[in-house]
Amino acid sequence: MSAGERDVQDPTRALKPGHSSAGHLEALLRSGEFAVTAELSPPDSSDPEEVFRRARFFDGCVDAINATDGSGANCHMSSVAVCALLTRLGYSTVMQVSCRDRNRIAIQGDVLGGAAMGVANVLCLTGDGVQAGDHPQAMPVFDLESISLLQLLRGMRDEARFQSGRKLMLPPRVFLGAAENPFAPPLEYRPQRLAKKIAAGAQFIQTQYCYDIERLKTFMTVARDLGLPGCAFILVGVGPLASARAAEWIRTHVPGVYIPDAVIARLAGSQDQKREGRQICIEIIQHIREIEGVSGIHVMAYRQEEAVAEIIQQSNVLRGRVPWYPGLDAARAGTED
Amino acid sequence: MSDIRWFHVRRWTARHARFFEFIYAAFEHALVMMHPLFQRLGYARMERPVAAAERIIKGFLFDTQMCGSCTLGATGMVCPMNCPKRMRNGPCGGVRPGGFCEVKPEMPCVWVDAFNGSRLMRHGERIRDIQAPVDHRLKHSSSWLREVRRIKGSKPGGSRVP
Ligand code: SF4
Repeated sequence: MSAGERDVQDPTRALKPGHSSAGHLEALLRSGEFAVTAELSPPDSSDPEEVFRRARFFDGCVDAINATDGSGANCHMSSVAVCALLTRLGYSTVMQVSCRDRNRIAIQGDVLGGAAMGVANVLCLTGDGVQAGDHPQAMPVFDLESISLLQLLRGMRDEARFQSGRKLMLPPRVFLGAAENPFAPPLEYRPQRLAKKIAAGAQFIQTQYCYDIERLKTFMTVARDLGLPGCAFILVGVGPLASARAAEWIRTHVPGVYIPDAVIARLAGSQDQKREGRQICIEIIQHIREIEGVSGIHVMAYRQEEAVAEIIQQSNVLRGRVPWYPGLDAARAGTED
Repeated sequence: MSDIRWFHVRRWTARHARFFEFIYAAFEHALVMMHPLFQRLGYARMERPVAAAERIIKGFLFDTQMCGSCTLGATGMVCPMNCPKRMRNGPCGGVRPGGFCEVKPEMPCVWVDAFNGSRLMRHGERIRDIQAPVDHRLKHSSSWLREVRRIKGSKPGGSRVP
C-alpha cells in the first residue's frame, strides 16, 4: 500500500523537468496513476472551519479538491479563498475560474494571487449562464470563454506576461485544466472541441457527469483516434444521484447534465433510492476505470459529500493507494508504534 | 417578435452556408480590389458609411452583432456573437437536448447551427481555428475594411489546431 505526499506550497520552488507546476496532481498523473479528484461546494459562510469540515469528507480518498467558482451561477465563498484556506493545510487544490463574473483584468489578478497561495491547478471554465442561478438579474460578463482563458493563462505561465504584454516577475506555475461535456449536443463536434481546448493549453480535462457509458465510449474512441489522451489527462465526472425525483430535477434544471431514462427508471424501481444511486455511481466508476485513455475520475457529490469515501472504497478505484491528507502522517506514525 | 424573424433568416443562411461562403469570398475579393479607392478616399473617412452598409447587409443575412472581429467564414456562416455567452470557439457544455440554447431555451444553439453550416462549406475545417477573444474597442466598427487592410498588409491571422 503506497501513500501520497503533501502538496508543495512554495510558488518559487524549482520544477521537475517537463512539469508545469510543483503540484501533486500533475506529478501523479504524469506517473501514470489513476487519479481521483472531487468537488467541494464552497459554503455560504465566512467561517473557515466550514471549509475544512467539508474537505475532511475527502480525506484519504481524493488526490485534489476542486473549489467551484459560483457553480450553477449561485453565490458562495470564492474559489480562490477556498483554495487558499485548503493549501494552508497542505491539500492539493484545483481552483476553478469561470468567465461569467469577471473580466480578463480580474481573472489574471486572481490567478497570480492563487498561485502565490499555493494553488497548482487551475480549471478554465466558461461558466453557466446567470439565468441558472439565484441572481438572474446580474450582468453576465463573458469577456473571455474557456478557450481564450486557457490561452491567456498559458501565456502568463510560459511567457511570463500579462495579455497586455507587461512582464511578470514570477509567472504562475499552474497545471491548466478545462472541462468538456461528451454528453451534450452536438455530440459529433465534442471530440473536436476537446482537441481545440488541448491546443489552447489544457493539460487535464474534467468532464461533465457521466451516466451513459456507451456515449462516453463513443466519445473516447474518437478522442483516441485524434490522439488526445496522449496530449492531456482525461478525468471523467461522476456523482451519486439521491433519488429518481432529484435526478429528474437535475436533468431539467442543471445545464448540461444528461441522465438517460433507464437510470431514472432503475432508481424509481428501487426500495432504497439513495443506496441505489450510490451503487449506480460505483458501477459507472468501475466501467470508466477500464476505458482506455481515461486517467481518472472527478467526483461531484453535491450534498452527498459524506458518501464519497464509501463510493471510492467500494469501487476500489484506487487499488489500495492512499492519497495524502493532513492527518495521514499522524495516522501512519500511530500504526508504526 | 423581431427576434424570431431574425433567427429564421440566419438559420436559412446557415443551411446554405456553402453558397454564402462563395458569395462572401467573391465579395471580399471585390472589396480588396477597391483598396486603392479606399486609400485615396481615406480609410478613416470610409469607416462610417462602410460600417453602416455592413451592419445592414450582414445584419439582415446573418443577424451579426458587429463585434468588429468577424469570424463568419470560420464559424459555419453563423455569427457567434448571437450566443448569449459570446462563445467564439465552440458550444458551451450546456446545450440542451435537441440542440437548444442553455440560456435562451427557445433559440437553437448558435454553435449547433455553426457546426452544421461548417460541414457544408468548402473550408469548413476553419471551424477548428482558435479565435482570439474580442477586442471590445472594435465593437460597431467595420470588419470589412479591417480585413482588406489586413490582406493588403498581410498580417498573420488566427492560429490553427494541428
Ligand atoms: S447553448 Fe449554444 S448558444 Fe446557448 S450559450 Fe451555449 S454555446 Fe451559446
